[in-house]
Amino acid sequence: MNRVAVIDYGMGNLHSVAKAVEHVGDNLQVSVTADEKTLLNADRIIFPGVGAMRDCMGEIKRLGIDDMLRRLVEDRPVFGICVGMQALMQHSQENGGVDCIGLFEGNVNRFAEDMSGEDGERLKVPHMGWNEVKQTSAHPMWKSIPDKSRFYFVHSYFVTPANHHDVVGESAYPEMFTAALAKQNVFAVQFHPEKSQTVGLQLYKNFLNWDGGT
Amino acid sequence: MTLAKRIIPCLDCENGRVVKGVKFVDIRDAGDPVEISKRYCDQGADEITFLDITASHEGRQTTIDTVRDIAGQVFIPLTVGGGIRTLQDIRDMLNAGADKVAINTSAVKNPDFVREAADKFGSQCIVVAIDAKKVSAEGEPNKWEIFTHGGRNPTGLDAVEWAKKMVANGAGEILLTSMDRDGTKDGFDLALNRAISEAVSVPLIASGGVGNLQHLVDGITEGKADAVLAASIFHFGEYSIPEAKEYMAGKGIVVR
Repeated sequence: MNRVAVIDYGMGNLHSVAKAVEHVGDNLQVSVTADEKTLLNADRIIFPGVGAMRDCMGEIKRLGIDDMLRRLVEDRPVFGICVGMQALMQHSQENGGVDCIGLFEGNVNRFAEDMSGEDGERLKVPHMGWNEVKQTSAHPMWKSIPDKSRFYFVHSYFVTPANHHDVVGESAYPEMFTAALAKQNVFAVQFHPEKSQTVGLQLYKNFLNWDGGT
Repeated sequence: MTLAKRIIPCLDCENGRVVKGVKFVDIRDAGDPVEISKRYCDQGADEITFLDITASHEGRQTTIDTVRDIAGQVFIPLTVGGGIRTLQDIRDMLNAGADKVAINTSAVKNPDFVREAADKFGSQCIVVAIDAKKVSAEGEPNKWEIFTHGGRNPTGLDAVEWAKKMVANGAGEILLTSMDRDGTKDGFDLALNRAISEAVSVPLIASGGVGNLQHLVDGITEGKADAVLAASIFHFGEYSIPEAKEYMAGKGIVVR
């Protein structure tokens, strides 16, 4: 039995994450929960997130998820998604500045207004849609996923890690930004694998087979 | 590495059934939105939009069940529009597995509803659907007005100003339908799309009037849309999603 816990702190559509995991795994028990005991009993942890950072961090702290995560990452794989990834950084620029969990050194910044692409075309914010992800380092989570596959993004903020060796995937809008981070037992992505069809489902499949580490 | 332009097939549903006919030769039930959504997803559609035209209150539960069924099997973004009137309606759809909701008439009736919805659920899941009709005469500067109830009810609202206001209120995306072109197969109203796309900072989905693949290309190159939505050209098997993508790529548009 592979016990997967999707951390529920009241933000966003966690069921689509749970459904995607159930779709690719056998002999699974998927819980959507904030219960400490259930989280500590899980083999793997998924940390998603949608919405504004101030509200997310407010709930994360209220429920003690920040402290739980610091314990969980010690001895089991953790998969951060979208705002879940951003919350793992030290600080976000969103909502006038919000202190985050700090498992990765670095900050979360907003895309500039009035950006334009190579052909002079104006780039909208949020960065919404399917963009290529360049795999900048080998990682077990990239197994069977072709380099530069397109994943579905929807975000106005992006992470800027202080240590470049934490970056395992990059995308461009129009400047390069971090699309995937990894360190020890943590793998985190800015895009939504549960909305990225075949390659996204493969990422969840890889997570179910990943025992942490690189 | 460049963001791809999106192609979005749209399903119009009533009481859990697709109502504008779908003619795929090899699907068992052409009225089943789950089967049709899966087909489009497998073909490489970038998102699915589900427009609910169910009038009765009792029918809402059927719609929620249908959205849940689609979301359980289709792993691309799903937008649900039609009959979104309250924050509870939005919560119900998001809990059922929708990624975004499209708000139309309720925004016109109460623009603050969009602000409340964006504050509560985040701009990323709030699409404002705009139905616009040209009201300027030949030779005059272009002017479009917002209409509700399928183009029957004028509102006196200028479409470009309205779009800007909706984005200021927190809309994360605009779904723009030209009521003059909808159902005509004459192509998008390119001037309308361009005027609104250039006026707002968020992505624009062009809708209304697609009759051939060049229309999709024009919507992006001339209309400056970030995504193109079509129903009948895909439903009736005139063109498949892969054919549309191949054609667009051939015209230099980045597609997935």
